[in-house]
Amino acid sequence: MAILCDRNTKLLVQGMGRMGQFHAGLSAEYGTQVVAGAHPGRGGSEIGGVPIFDTVQAAVRATGANASVIFVPPAGAADAILEAAEAGIEVAVCITEGIPVLDMVRAKRALVGTGMRLVGPNCPGLVTPLQCRIGIMPAQITRPGPVGVISRSGTLTYEAVDQLSRLGIGQSTCVGIGGDPVIGTTFIDALELFEADPETQAVVMIGEIGGSAEEEAAEFVQSNMKKPVAAFIAGQNAPPGKRMGHAGAIISGGKGKASDKIAALEAAGVPVAPSPAAIGQTLADHVPGLSA
Amino acid sequence: MNVHEYQAKALLREFGVAVPEGALATTPAEAAQAARALGSDRVVVKAQIHAGGRGKGGGIKLAATPEEAEAVAAEILGMTLVTHQTGPEGKLVRKVYVEEASEIETELYLAMLLDRASEKFALIASTEGGMDIEVVAAETPEKILTELFDPNLGLRGYQVRRLGFGLGLDAAKVKKLEAFAMGLYRLFVEKDASLVEINPLVVTKSGDLFALDGKLNFDDNALYRQPEIAELRDPDEEDERERAAKEIDLAYVGLDGNIGCMVNGAGLAMATLDMIAVCGGSPANFLDAGGGADKEKVKEAFKLILRDEKVAAILVNIFGGIVRCDLIAEGVVAAADDLGISVPLVVRLQGTNAAEGRAILAKSGLDITSAETLEEAGERAVAAVTSGKGA
Repeated sequence: MAILCDRNTKLLVQGMGRMGQFHAGLSAEYGTQVVAGAHPGRGGSEIGGVPIFDTVQAAVRATGANASVIFVPPAGAADAILEAAEAGIEVAVCITEGIPVLDMVRAKRALVGTGMRLVGPNCPGLVTPLQCRIGIMPAQITRPGPVGVISRSGTLTYEAVDQLSRLGIGQSTCVGIGGDPVIGTTFIDALELFEADPETQAVVMIGEIGGSAEEEAAEFVQSNMKKPVAAFIAGQNAPPGKRMGHAGAIISGGKGKASDKIAALEAAGVPVAPSPAAIGQTLADHVPGLSA
Repeated sequence: MNVHEYQAKALLREFGVAVPEGALATTPAEAAQAARALGSDRVVVKAQIHAGGRGKGGGIKLAATPEEAEAVAAEILGMTLVTHQTGPEGKLVRKVYVEEASEIETELYLAMLLDRASEKFALIASTEGGMDIEVVAAETPEKILTELFDPNLGLRGYQVRRLGFGLGLDAAKVKKLEAFAMGLYRLFVEKDASLVEINPLVVTKSGDLFALDGKLNFDDNALYRQPEIAELRDPDEEDERERAAKEIDLAYVGLDGNIGCMVNGAGLAMATLDMIAVCGGSPANFLDAGGGADKEKVKEAFKLILRDEKVAAILVNIFGGIVRCDLIAEGVVAAADDLGISVPLVVRLQGTNAAEGRAILAKSGLDITSAETLEEAGERAVAAVTSGKGA
């Protein structure tokens, strides 16, 4: 099972530049079905054994691609997202960092009713261990198992996944939702998917300062989830008013503080790791019997 | 990106939003000249720094004559202005804005920004103009009115009218508010602003509306298509190390502690600060070397960290995904050799090729403390600082 991607996923790569090609190769090596690339002006060619099309629509028609990974530079990324939606892509993962907020907030609203789920932007992507890799995550640190992972960050996700794997706890799917202020799939969306996934028994969510997505997720867990959730919030020592690397990681107007998020999660019965080194252990203590 | 009040007002004027007449001055003589040119009975001399709360800190003063404007400007120019937004170190005032003094009947608050929770834009208003809006929100939230609008449909007239009548304005003023808010909206979307804040929005005795103060922030990610906004950047207002970091595509934020940090990825970088704090230490900086950190980036990052004299130890925390730890290790060794790093160095390499990376560090003969887990890294960095102090 898993969520969002599995061995049946047929992946299209939008933007076959250096990064797109490199990661398409790694995903294919991992066993992902990389069926097509879309790159305007290069239609009809082949890159690394992958057929290239000028438009997403042509790629979908010819190959039956149902998922897409977007490496298109910021100026054209929102356009690439909308192109994927119109062509009938079911899941689009946007890796691009640096998309203007105005573009994203408009694109996100335009997706309502299209049936496409967007993950990201500014995210590391998805891995369903031993089945499918979409994006830029190091899939080799994952192992199959019962825990869903949701994170706003990239390398901190790897840290958490590594901690889980070392404890013998595998993952159903690892989802990097992205560090921008406006993202496609939110914590709540991913929690909902994991709650409905029979293979997932527990969830780890890794949040950070900025916005109120963690507080909203806490409320969702309390009222809608039967499966146990553990969490970590990065940025407990971040100063207010400073953007901490991610466009969305900023405490502004007294809002978005780690302490508020931790309090909301704990009040919802979600244990929050006291240290970033204890993310795996916090889940293991909360839900015994996860390791295999 | 922030801009000065005088720049914000020029933009507001461009979009049809009424602002008082004013002129920029960098010397007292220029201030006197500006006051004379305005021909107004009284002028206000306002310090131009990127921070709010200037009035309370003594950065905004009234003057009745051009001579007085000159004297007041002499006091403000060159002062280090400390407000609740500058931090205790304050900001040096290099420019003043000389503006005609206004007849004020009522002061309102009006702002436009992204509402992250609803993923719409928000137009926010309050009758408590001139106050710190965060305080109003905390103490009297009922005095804040919000209209959320669809980014694809834009701000609608009825929303502004609902807000205006909610503020207790009469029909004539509501009509003026509508034009005012639509000007803000056009500025907001056409210039990729992330915040437009008018505080206070003044209602005059004759019933006109104008922006007595204006604060604009812009989306850094959109500057590539807003060259005229990018030109408004004032390097004097930015932290020197943050600016240097930006130039080499590193995210850096200076902090108060003594453990310098170099990490790949923003989330892990924030978590590393947290780890140091959990271990009883205090980080000197946040530094995200990026997902694609390589040898050259590592060296540049070290240089940046070492510019901070407080740094008594450096913690390198790399989780290799796509980044290979052996390449990072080579970068660390090369940087340590070239830069002659004299503070203790703790390096934690994990993920892709971590073992090879650790072997390179061990073979280098450099005095590098290696760590395997995040916790070890934090503990050893804190221990390095503590023992350094004791010696």
